[in-house]
Amino acid sequence: MTEVIKVLSPTAILGYGFPDASFQVGLDRNPNVIAVDAGSTDPGPHYLGSGKSFTDRVAVKRDLMRLIDAALSRRIPLLIGSAGGAGARPHLDWCVAIIEDCLKDLNRSAKVAVISADQSAGELLAAHRSKRITPLGPVFDLTEGLIAESTHVVAQMGVEPIVRALDQGAEIVVTGRCYDPAVFAAVPIRRGFPEALALHMGKILECAAIAAVPGSGADCMLGTLTHDSFVLEPLNPERRCTVTSVAAHTLYEKSDPRYLPGPGGTLDLTQCEFEAVDARRVRVSGTQFIVDTPYRVKLEGARPIGFRTISIAGVRSPDFIGSLDAILESARESVFSHFPDVAPEEATLIFRCYGRDGVMGSLEPMRDVVPHEIGLVIEVTARSQELADTLCASARSTLLHLGYPGRQSTAGNLAFPYSPSDVSLGAVYAFSIYHLMEVDDPVTPFPIQLRVMGASA
Amino acid sequence: MKLSELASVIRSKNAGPFELTFDVLFSDLETYHRVVNSDCLSAQRFAYLYKISVTDVLSVVHFLPALAIKITIRRSRGSGDLGETDVYGAQQHGPLLDVDIPE
Repeated sequence: MTEVIKVLSPTAILGYGFPDASFQVGLDRNPNVIAVDAGSTDPGPHYLGSGKSFTDRVAVKRDLMRLIDAALSRRIPLLIGSAGGAGARPHLDWCVAIIEDCLKDLNRSAKVAVISADQSAGELLAAHRSKRITPLGPVFDLTEGLIAESTHVVAQMGVEPIVRALDQGAEIVVTGRCYDPAVFAAVPIRRGFPEALALHMGKILECAAIAAVPGSGADCMLGTLTHDSFVLEPLNPERRCTVTSVAAHTLYEKSDPRYLPGPGGTLDLTQCEFEAVDARRVRVSGTQFIVDTPYRVKLEGARPIGFRTISIAGVRSPDFIGSLDAILESARESVFSHFPDVAPEEATLIFRCYGRDGVMGSLEPMRDVVPHEIGLVIEVTARSQELADTLCASARSTLLHLGYPGRQSTAGNLAFPYSPSDVSLGAVYAFSIYHLMEVDDPVTPFPIQLRVMGASA
Repeated sequence: MKLSELASVIRSKNAGPFELTFDVLFSDLETYHRVVNSDCLSAQRFAYLYKISVTDVLSVVHFLPALAIKITIRRSRGSGDLGETDVYGAQQHGPLLDVDIPE
């Protein structure tokens, strides 16, 4: 058994890029695998709902050309998690097409495993009816209606389907939605290294050099794992890992840094020790893994909730700003009185007031401070794009010309930076499922397709 | 003294689409203990500061390895839902900056 295993993480999100020099330093260290994560729910529900990637195709291809060339040249696996960001079928297909394109451009071929993460409405309904789906944190209860309305529902796979694909001889593995650390931990776990340390190392490597100082999401990091600890090292000599930077990273985007739940169990960091190896490297040990029985995976789903149109304008008149709430309320009543056939549930009109509470909404403690100007976003979300366009135009023209007590600037109330002033934003989605689902087997929900792609395929 | 003068990092971010988490990090053990012991970042104080129910403060964790205090609250709506103001949750930390920490 190998006593040391090295995992190279080139960049925090596939498509964010990385310096060639750092990547070469990483390759010179003879890594056993190159792994990269592409996923996040951070950009919001639109990407999962619509099937679009939040990363750019040109940027993803640029990264993949270098990663595929390096991995195939060195005969080490390349593992790509959560293709296209949200990791549903359209995102996976999008990423696979880019991989095929790269292989052709490189005049190479490779055995590629494609692992999907989509969960069908039928399977979800069956799981829901047999009480195998539970809310994850402070989220609404799941209903059959939410399942039916969701355009895409994915589950986060653990290491098991990736290990299976490697057993089948895959040189490149590209997955749908995947627990971020899984692509980093799969090769070490397959070789018999401790699951807890491999996953904890993956948890940090998935953000590449973000855990270093200065941090960067577009630079490379190396993880070196033994049977009792792992060492993190940024590959750009201008960065270093410190005990604080690594420990602080375990807080990032997590609700509790001591317990990090994932597919099949929870990483327990309460006995964890972080120690400096030298000025640039940190050793981590003591991580435990608490097995969760039954095995549960996280579900993510999004559903369409309408179509949006916005108009952006500024306000500088003190009399308008002084009576802002009353004026906006008056405009709202006027708009809906012009369209008496529109039922309340068909459209939502929101006036966002930047300079007052545009950023924090109800959490803003300084809402009563009167600013000298307001950035106004008029927003309508409605059952059709046409209705959203109509109501937004009505709200914009109403507010532009609305009379109010004490008005001196009678030529117009709004300053528009753009012509046209209104922008149709298309379909709007909301997260519809954020739950845990019990599964009988960690591989079955994630079908693996293996095929030779590229030049000679 | 204001919290912004004592902490090295004060930030907010989504922890999944339905939770918002705040991290306050310090550069030295003494300052970390001073703020922890002041109780100025308790669940009750945080709820008062953000005008939310104390039951919506899901956890307050003191994490010594990172010299950090972490507060996690329920998001007022799922990330990106109608009425969203901050999809990533990255600009909700402002009220923490001016929290007064006694000597």
